[in-house]
Amino acid sequence: MIRMERRAQPSRVWTALTPVLAVMLTMVVGGIMFALLGKPPLDAIRTIFWDPLFHPQFAAYSRPQLLVKAGPLILIAIGLSLGFRAGIWNIGAEGQYIVGAICGAGMGLAVYPTTSPLIFPAMVLAGAFGGWLWAMIPAFLKVRFGTNEILVSLMLVYVAEALLASASQKLLRNPDGMGFPGSRNFQQYPAAHNGEILANSGLHWGVLAAFVAVIFAYVLLTRHIQGFNIRLTGEAPRAARFSGVSPARIIFLCLGFGGALAGAAGLFEVSGPAGQISIDFNSGYGFTAIIVAFLGRLHPVGILLAGLLMALTYIGGELAQLMLGVPGASIQLFQGMLLFFLLATDVFTNFRVRFGKTEIA
Amino acid sequence: MDLTSINPILLVASIMISATPILLAAIGEMVVEKAGVLNLGVEGMMITGAVVGFATAVSTGSPALGFAAAALASAVLSLSFGVLTQILMSNQVATGLGLTLVGLGLSALIGKPYEGMKSPTLPKLDIPVLGDIPLLGRMLFSHDAMVYLSLLLVLAVWATLKYTRAGLILRAVGESHDAAHALGYKVIRIRMTAIFFGGACAGLGGAYLSLVRVPQWTEGMTAGAGWIALAIVVFASWRAERVLIGAYLFGGVTVLQLNLQAAGAKVPVEILSMSPYLITILVLVVISARGAHGAPASLGRPFHASS
Amino acid sequence: MNRRTLLSTAAATLVGTTLATGAFAAAHGDKVKVGFIFVGPIGDGGWTYEHNKGRLAVEEAFGDKVETVYQESVPEGADAERAITQMALSGANLIFTTSFGYMDPTINVAAKFPDVKFEHATGFKRSDNVGVYSARFYEGRAIQGHIAGKMTKSNKIGYIASFPIPEVIRGINSAYIHAKKANPDVEFSVIWAYTWFDPAKESDAARALIENGADVILQHTDSTAPQAAAQEKGNVITFGQASDMAEYAPMPRVSSIIDNWSPYYIERVQAVMDGTWESDDTWDGIGSGMVGIGEISDAVPADVKAEALELKDRIAAGDYHPFTGPLNKQDGSVWLAEGETAPDGDLLGMNFYVEGLTGDIPN
Repeated sequence: MIRMERRAQPSRVWTALTPVLAVMLTMVVGGIMFALLGKPPLDAIRTIFWDPLFHPQFAAYSRPQLLVKAGPLILIAIGLSLGFRAGIWNIGAEGQYIVGAICGAGMGLAVYPTTSPLIFPAMVLAGAFGGWLWAMIPAFLKVRFGTNEILVSLMLVYVAEALLASASQKLLRNPDGMGFPGSRNFQQYPAAHNGEILANSGLHWGVLAAFVAVIFAYVLLTRHIQGFNIRLTGEAPRAARFSGVSPARIIFLCLGFGGALAGAAGLFEVSGPAGQISIDFNSGYGFTAIIVAFLGRLHPVGILLAGLLMALTYIGGELAQLMLGVPGASIQLFQGMLLFFLLATDVFTNFRVRFGKTEIA
Repeated sequence: MDLTSINPILLVASIMISATPILLAAIGEMVVEKAGVLNLGVEGMMITGAVVGFATAVSTGSPALGFAAAALASAVLSLSFGVLTQILMSNQVATGLGLTLVGLGLSALIGKPYEGMKSPTLPKLDIPVLGDIPLLGRMLFSHDAMVYLSLLLVLAVWATLKYTRAGLILRAVGESHDAAHALGYKVIRIRMTAIFFGGACAGLGGAYLSLVRVPQWTEGMTAGAGWIALAIVVFASWRAERVLIGAYLFGGVTVLQLNLQAAGAKVPVEILSMSPYLITILVLVVISARGAHGAPASLGRPFHASS
Repeated sequence: MNRRTLLSTAAATLVGTTLATGAFAAAHGDKVKVGFIFVGPIGDGGWTYEHNKGRLAVEEAFGDKVETVYQESVPEGADAERAITQMALSGANLIFTTSFGYMDPTINVAAKFPDVKFEHATGFKRSDNVGVYSARFYEGRAIQGHIAGKMTKSNKIGYIASFPIPEVIRGINSAYIHAKKANPDVEFSVIWAYTWFDPAKESDAARALIENGADVILQHTDSTAPQAAAQEKGNVITFGQASDMAEYAPMPRVSSIIDNWSPYYIERVQAVMDGTWESDDTWDGIGSGMVGIGEISDAVPADVKAEALELKDRIAAGDYHPFTGPLNKQDGSVWLAEGETAPDGDLLGMNFYVEGLTGDIPN
């Protein structure tokens, strides 16, 4: 008979141990999968986890790319994690990311071709505002009518995708683009381009913003009364209400913060690495960020590490395709496994697993 | 523009076909959510059903076996979600997203040898008497067996939830798992059963895509149908009869939009394609504004029997 | 490995690596490494499938002298730039980027790797080491249009279009002009599916067109779903798109336009081997074999088949241009005078219907 007892405090040992355990389990099972596909398992695992960091040929390029890939994931996940901590389930970050990108890019394109140094900060603000606005819809509906925010925010992703399709073909379409859908490329618009701050570092303004967000969230959660209120609302909603925390305020705060960060992430991506608004420039960052938030256990530092790990599997997965010819789908399956194992082993953090008959306490 | 070229009889018949996959997946997901579990992995389960159903039908020559295998495969896959969320207490949102990743990856790997093949498909039923009714016969009674099975399934879910003890228990578990537990119901076992059923339904829906509606296997062929099924459950405010309406409406909007274009009408495609989601939000707001929240109270919350 | 050696290894790696790859290419000896970036999975049965066939043809043609690598389902945007860069870093000498959305990433990466040759499909931006190539699919559309016009009994032809971009609009115009010549009563109805690949939606679109009276379905989307839908309805003919789709012959699929990239890929790889590669702008059609016309099945009457083949030969020989005047635009204004043929510039940016087509191009 196996029983589980909830721990009074999450185990510190297991908190550190489970990610390692999960990664090892993924390596074993993933290795079996690669072997079944007729690919050398050890090489595949090494290519995914080691080569992006240390391969003599690729690492100088792929290490900075880890930041490029992880930046938006971390930025969005930090915003989401505050809400998740308070028990507010914004799963529509993808929509907020898209709307932020459209607003911010629209702002920049409206004044094309300005050279004002103010344009990029203005675009970031517009992007954050767009994401914030999109997140305010579920927030308002939840506060006013008690509507479920999981579902509203998810539905708004599809609406945002339709807006994106429309924007890239009509409103923001590049007038010099031979009739193809897609906006002007920000790389040819220096004042509005989110380029690398240091050459070949991968560090663009969005990555910097992600680091700042990590620190900010850490301070907020550990040192600030609003952070305490957020945690209290999630862990003991009744107690929170008794101590005068307004649920409505927490909802607006958490959803708004998550939306603004997602919107800013969208703008950083579209004006930097992606370069332009196109029908599917959004490659699911908003959804992947949910995974990152949970992998990082909703803790700012955990999210930072989880974002980097996720980015590693993406880039390592690409290298494995390139070097070993493994199918793209196997990488997707591999990431799914990693997530499953992390979630599964997480049980040890919060529960004590006991074997044998029920003991008398 | 000549809208008279749209034949309403054929239009309804087409809508029924294009709505069946999402109807099947949605009715299954509704049962899962009624039990208080939010499984966002519908897309992953559907596509697994699509590939397993197709592969089985090709190898055995029997579409019926294909459907059975699809239901089983997706149900087994959904159990991984069940074990993680119910026994290992993982977060349902994250696990559901993981399930989608796993399903999409796995299906592509399984499906590689079956690309470009043709499978046997379900025959149209030739229903005596009913099928001969003018107009209606062609519209409603000339489909394949799965269309009717999906309708029967909706009816069965509706009746079970409304009139049976099992349905009552399921709803109780979804509304308040602690109360249900206190009454002695096996919350986890009931939820696992619901998840298994939901997986099987999603698998059938996927197989309907690959065996009847398209019919072929191509990687990524569900193209978001699983997410639409999730939307339909919400649109339906967790009621079986409204799931039917929702699925036919969602299916209907797509088919109607294409028909209007074919007839030469100028259609604002973007507005139409976002309209079902806007309507869903509106429905959600209306039901929550009326005070009846519609959603099962324990939806998405983890349950751990502390004693 | 302890912390110190880990760090020093990392530092050494950093120092020892630069972005230039000339050294790596040389390290591969005389083997030419050819890379391909694909937008879809290689099993999509259409666009990417045919590009991958071209890759396999390169392997077949050169055997040990080449090594090919590819990456499938690469999203257009930031991920594409990384995928192309990594491919260049891996020592590829020649990289084909096979989707329009890779245009800017290709140009960016090419600027960083002056020694690597790049070939971008269907775009319009070039540089010293970036060539562009595309196929004159509209030549194939002309033959489809002719067969369609002759074969239709309802005089209604359905067209499943993807996105309102010049390439797709060219196809519609070319098919319409030739269908109209073959049968003055013919009408086109166009559905914009806003997708390149969504089997369920394509299937629904085909059904909608058929139910609205069309008995010929032309498609500019990549899956075989419309073929299956037409087969189920019976008495409807279709044409394979991108690949032959021969599994649906002889009915409903009566012919097809095949993207045959193999000869071009082999030629360009050879040029790299010989050191004669130069950036150029290739826009080939039936003549060079880049656009293939699939076997016209027996469902087409012998005389129609003969006419279609004659048309094909004339286009291949350069005796006939599918866009030859007199042609007016949809609004009635003159586009090409009698005997005038369309300049490539007009074709590349085509954003209008020709006279006779009904409906608007959405934009």
